[in-house]
Amino acid sequence: MLYSVIGYYSLILGLCCGLILIYISIRNFQNSKLYTNILSFTFLQFFFVIISFLCLILSFVLSDFSNETVFNNSHTTKPLFYKISGSWGNHEGSLLLWLLVLTSFILAFLLKSKNQPIKYRILTLVFQQIIIIGFFVFLIKTSNPFNLLYPTPDEGLGLNPILQDPALAIHPPILYLGYVGSSIIFSSALSATTLNLINKSWAIHIKKWILISWIFLTLGILLGSIWAYYELGWGGFWFWDPVENVSLMPWLVLTTLLHCILILEKKIILTSWIIILSIATFTLSMCGTFLVRSGILNSVHTFANDPERGLFILIFLFSLIFLSLFIFFFFHKTNKNTHTSFFWLSKETSIIINNWFMMYFLSVVLIGTVYPIFLDVLSSQKISVGPPFYHKLIIPFLIPFLLVMAIGPKLKWIKSKIVDKIYLIILLAISNLLSFLIVKKFDTNFLLNTILISSALYLFFITLKDFFIKKYKNISQNIAHFGFSLLILSILFNNLFSTEIITNLKIGETYKSETIKIVFKSIDQRKEKNYQSIIGNFSIQNSQGKIVNMFPELRIYNQPNIITSEADIKTTLISDKFIVINLVKNQEYFNIRYQTKPFMIWIWFSVALISFGGLISFIKKEYEK
Amino acid sequence: MKNKFLLPFITSIFVIVFIIFYKGLQDTNIYTPETKINNEIPSFSAKLFPSNEIISSKEIFELNKFYLLNIWSSWCVPCRQEHSFLVELKKNTNIEIIGVNYKDTRVNATNFLNEFGNPFKIIIFDQDGTKAIVWGAYGVPESFLIYNQKIIRKYLGPLDNELIEEIKLIIK
Repeated sequence: MLYSVIGYYSLILGLCCGLILIYISIRNFQNSKLYTNILSFTFLQFFFVIISFLCLILSFVLSDFSNETVFNNSHTTKPLFYKISGSWGNHEGSLLLWLLVLTSFILAFLLKSKNQPIKYRILTLVFQQIIIIGFFVFLIKTSNPFNLLYPTPDEGLGLNPILQDPALAIHPPILYLGYVGSSIIFSSALSATTLNLINKSWAIHIKKWILISWIFLTLGILLGSIWAYYELGWGGFWFWDPVENVSLMPWLVLTTLLHCILILEKKIILTSWIIILSIATFTLSMCGTFLVRSGILNSVHTFANDPERGLFILIFLFSLIFLSLFIFFFFHKTNKNTHTSFFWLSKETSIIINNWFMMYFLSVVLIGTVYPIFLDVLSSQKISVGPPFYHKLIIPFLIPFLLVMAIGPKLKWIKSKIVDKIYLIILLAISNLLSFLIVKKFDTNFLLNTILISSALYLFFITLKDFFIKKYKNISQNIAHFGFSLLILSILFNNLFSTEIITNLKIGETYKSETIKIVFKSIDQRKEKNYQSIIGNFSIQNSQGKIVNMFPELRIYNQPNIITSEADIKTTLISDKFIVINLVKNQEYFNIRYQTKPFMIWIWFSVALISFGGLISFIKKEYEK
Repeated sequence: MKNKFLLPFITSIFVIVFIIFYKGLQDTNIYTPETKINNEIPSFSAKLFPSNEIISSKEIFELNKFYLLNIWSSWCVPCRQEHSFLVELKKNTNIEIIGVNYKDTRVNATNFLNEFGNPFKIIIFDQDGTKAIVWGAYGVPESFLIYNQKIIRKYLGPLDNELIEEIKLIIK
């Protein structure tokens, strides 16, 4: 009760700080002395949001059900860990978290950009404050996390059990750091455009921020995907669900931007393109928020559907789009006197070619996500866009994409000749041969697979070889590209060589096939604090006679009353064994789903490697200073 | 700057996108199928399982005859329960059972039928779930009783003994 009141008033004070900040920044735009004032107000705003956020967490920890958000999403029997993570596992709390990240980023930006022009910093602050104020109003007006309930209920409604998972508890904060981090790129690009500051030093300065967002976004997507694999119980890790797509879209743009900034560091070209990308990153993150929160899409993780919220974000999103369009068209001047042409065989060309591919992937994902909405509105036809659509459109284009990715970093800036031709060709031949053998051996006679595997292997070998070249300059890029080739390879092998058995068994029964024997030995019951569990005991024997015991679980949560199945997964370096049980109603049968999924762990590892590459680049940047 | 038509053009595109999203918000976003009782059966053409032959709905349902259209899937747990009733109902010569295999894979569907028996005269293979939408289905399992190319009863959820008796009474 007390905490809700404190939290609510902190929010209002935070909003006031935002308004004051805009006022004093505009008023004293020419007067650069006012800097300390601005900094202290930004700090104050950050402080208020943190207070408010802590109040919400405290309300959750103390199970204060007079707070509506706590009542809707918590329960006294929940473990402390999920009480805390539950505070951002709902719409209101997650928006508060979003606001926290927004304010902390602008504070960090002001502190870290001391050697940039003062006007540029103040203007960036103004744009950022516009976004922050928008979210403050949104939070206070339509989704206040501190609504009070009277009379106070004795017990809460509980957190959705599928959200009670460690990976999911840290997934939103990490993902938000990525999403919201892009707001700094957005504000800074707008302010640099207005002041005509898009140049090499801006590129060097903004690259760090791009890297931060990119690292967190990559990790956030990874965690979400791990959660889907362990918790949703279907054995997949990417479902092309709209919510997954909206996190992928900013990632694609951010990756493109990261590569373009490399060009801008060397030469002032592609400036318009870079501004558009900077704007698009944040706009797509916002667009994602809109799609998920308005309920215009139905998906696994849509929160409450409230058209009023949707309308607010929609208007806000489009005001930002029109604002940035206005600034782009009226302030951006292309520098006519710089040399804009470059030789066809150069690093720039290869980056630009891969830019096109990225934009192509982006448009596929974008169309797959929003086209059903458009069609529904325009002709009230319902269609469902699923994995086949994405696979058919994306997979073939990965081939040239991978090849350019392999050769591009070997080229020099501006103009180059292909040196070391021989080893490039030898590696290509080796990877062709290898993939041919792999495809042949496992009899998946598919021309596309052969070419795809060989191009991924090609990138794999080229980047692998570079690790052994001493004094190789660009270790971060190499790690990230190596990780990407590993990712594609693991996904490919995972798709090609996964096997699945679905059967119904009673206790004591055995399923037998040529390659495998599954014995359903017994069942255990256990009672935990917030759920009861039924644990099956299986022994699985493969054709070599090796026996593995596995214990898949069914959890019956008490609040809300939901049954979830927890897969038991045995992970080894080569493959994962995955088993799930389900109840068959009114029968003693259990539905058993057993899968072997090769190279699962390598998928996680390679994505982690990709973001590690980004991290190295970031540390190197910091170190250089 | 660059081109004076570019700005109005891009602006109008975004305005259109805005309007479409706005309209999309106005519609109820939770998809509610219409209850189509006493309606004509929807017309569509679909792939058959397992033959892959393409057939139109008017060819499946003849006039003056009872049909039970059952939407099922191998991953649907209540369908397993319901299946034995369908197998039993198949013995009745007054009715023919048509299956719609909903969002399933061929291998799993085949295994399912091998295990529990196949009560269906023909099976429509509805891999992406669009045929079930045409029927106004909420989910699996769901059944429609059809006579004279009209839907006369709709059953949500698995059929049980009671409902099967009801169907038998109607088709007598």
